[in-house]
Amino acid sequence: MRGVGGRFLTDVVGAVVEAWAEVRVHRGRVLLSLIGVGVAVAALTGVVAAGTIAEQSLRESSERQGGRAATYSVSAYGAEGQTVPTGDIRSAFAEATARYGIDYATEHGYTTEDVRFPDGRQQVQAETVDVPFGQMHRVDVAYGAWFSAADERRLAPALVVNERFWERIGSPDLRTHPTVKIGDGITAVVVGVTPSPSFQTDPTMFMLASQVASQQTAAEQLQQGPPSFEVWIPPETGDELSERLRGDIAGQLGDGVQVEAYRNDYAEQNAESLRQVQLIVGGIALLVLLLGALGLVNIALVTVRGRIREIGIRRTFGATAGRVFFAVLMESVVATVAAGVVGVLVAVLVLRNPWTIEIISQGVSDVPAFPVSAAITGLIAATAVGALAGLIPALVAVRVKVIDALRY
Amino acid sequence: MTILQLRDVSRVVTMPDGRPLSILTGVDLDVEPGDRVSVVGRSGSGKSTLLNLLGLIDAPTSGELLFDGRSAYGISGARRDRLRGSAIGFVFQQFNLLQRRTALENVLTPLLYESGRNFWRRRAIATRMLENVGLGHRLDSPPERLSGGEQQRVAIARALVRRPRLILADEPTGALDLETGGTVMDLLERVADETDAALVTITHDPNIAARSRRHYRLDAGVLTGAVA
Repeated sequence: MRGVGGRFLTDVVGAVVEAWAEVRVHRGRVLLSLIGVGVAVAALTGVVAAGTIAEQSLRESSERQGGRAATYSVSAYGAEGQTVPTGDIRSAFAEATARYGIDYATEHGYTTEDVRFPDGRQQVQAETVDVPFGQMHRVDVAYGAWFSAADERRLAPALVVNERFWERIGSPDLRTHPTVKIGDGITAVVVGVTPSPSFQTDPTMFMLASQVASQQTAAEQLQQGPPSFEVWIPPETGDELSERLRGDIAGQLGDGVQVEAYRNDYAEQNAESLRQVQLIVGGIALLVLLLGALGLVNIALVTVRGRIREIGIRRTFGATAGRVFFAVLMESVVATVAAGVVGVLVAVLVLRNPWTIEIISQGVSDVPAFPVSAAITGLIAATAVGALAGLIPALVAVRVKVIDALRY
Repeated sequence: MTILQLRDVSRVVTMPDGRPLSILTGVDLDVEPGDRVSVVGRSGSGKSTLLNLLGLIDAPTSGELLFDGRSAYGISGARRDRLRGSAIGFVFQQFNLLQRRTALENVLTPLLYESGRNFWRRRAIATRMLENVGLGHRLDSPPERLSGGEQQRVAIARALVRRPRLILADEPTGALDLETGGTVMDLLERVADETDAALVTITHDPNIAARSRRHYRLDAGVLTGAVA
């Protein structure tokens, strides 16, 4: 068994050594034939990587906006246009989500608060949410932490602010529990800071809906309009569960109130359109790769015909037909893998250089790393092209008759 | 034990017009360890075909070819290839060195088909072999920069690097001048003596043939011999 394993190992290493020596000897010709393969691998890797980065960025930003799959929004309004009291919807929503055991449920509304910054007062837009909102919308926190259940029990309202807000109050250390005056002089505590993309210039913040509600009068709430309510439920049962939830809330609110539940996240739709673009560009890159492979086959065929005598000599050294086949195939694979590695490196350099990162970072707050899957795709494509391009010359090499080869 | 035995071996090929052409007829030959055999014959007498049969490159049309007492064609092609690599060394008239590779790379190439220790130590073994044929100072020279005599010495080192039991030399001095040819034959015989390898030389040069202990003549595919 050891003998067989040892022979297999030396056969494989020997074939690779032979292939590498062959590539090295003919490096000029090999280099020329590999330029196309290298460029195609760089394009393919770049497209896959850019697509993956864009998809990730799009999904993250989409999840921040519309929630993770599957997030459903529930809203209620009077059948004859009258406003339904927010408190009624809130309690009906709470009861229904508790009945169906839905842990991820949140209120989501918008309000504005007067904030006293060191350099003056400013109206700041605030999103009113519940604690689960952070997980449901994958909210990133750069400093401090997202709201917790303990924050709901605070006497002073808790705030999660964006980086611009935090900078306006002097970028304080959150361990010192920095405060800021809001509204009619209420002291609020900043507990977390969310990152701001470079295009965002205004301060914004999140507040807990329960703390906002306790400060507002019923008239103020009516004037502001009802918030929406969201649940994050498994996509496979989403439609059925959301329909039951809608029916339950409608039943609680009684006749004359229209309740609607609709899916709010768009991650899937966005991913689908992105996938189509990726398919088109990836298809073009594959075509280039195929053309490169054809060029490679052409040159490899010419080369192998010029090496018939050498193949015959190797057969006299004890090279079996299988070994000759494998060695010629490996020459092509070793060469395209080398071109593939260069192609992947080029793609990494293009996508990870400061200029590209600056362009990407204008759209997202956090630029994802170069996806390993893209590099692996590029290398697999290079190996497959090498194997395909090497197949025909390897078959030609194996059909060489030793006697004829030595006379060649 | 007899290395190679040919019993009533014949080789017939089919001509393009479909007619059979007999190249070798009823050949009988035994090759023992340490043997020195020469075969002389005119062009077209079947010398190369005989060499191909002895080197397990070609199969007889009829008759028996035994290697180490066993039929060489009763085993798989891959096993026969491996047997050829490990037991037989070829020295060609035109040297057949791999171009654009150094002398060292040429000599270590057969060791790429070895397994075990010799595979991993191929560079050291090939270096020692080249030193043995007096080319320790030309390890990194490609064939284009070597003289004819040096090229044939590299070819000899390459043929013997796996310590074969049978060396087949096809007109080994055919491309060399008389003096260099004599030196190359001295070397071939010395290295063969060191490993007790049998040496079968195919030549049309009576002087080279005279160096062997057993002499054969090939005439129109018929091998006739006389023990010297």
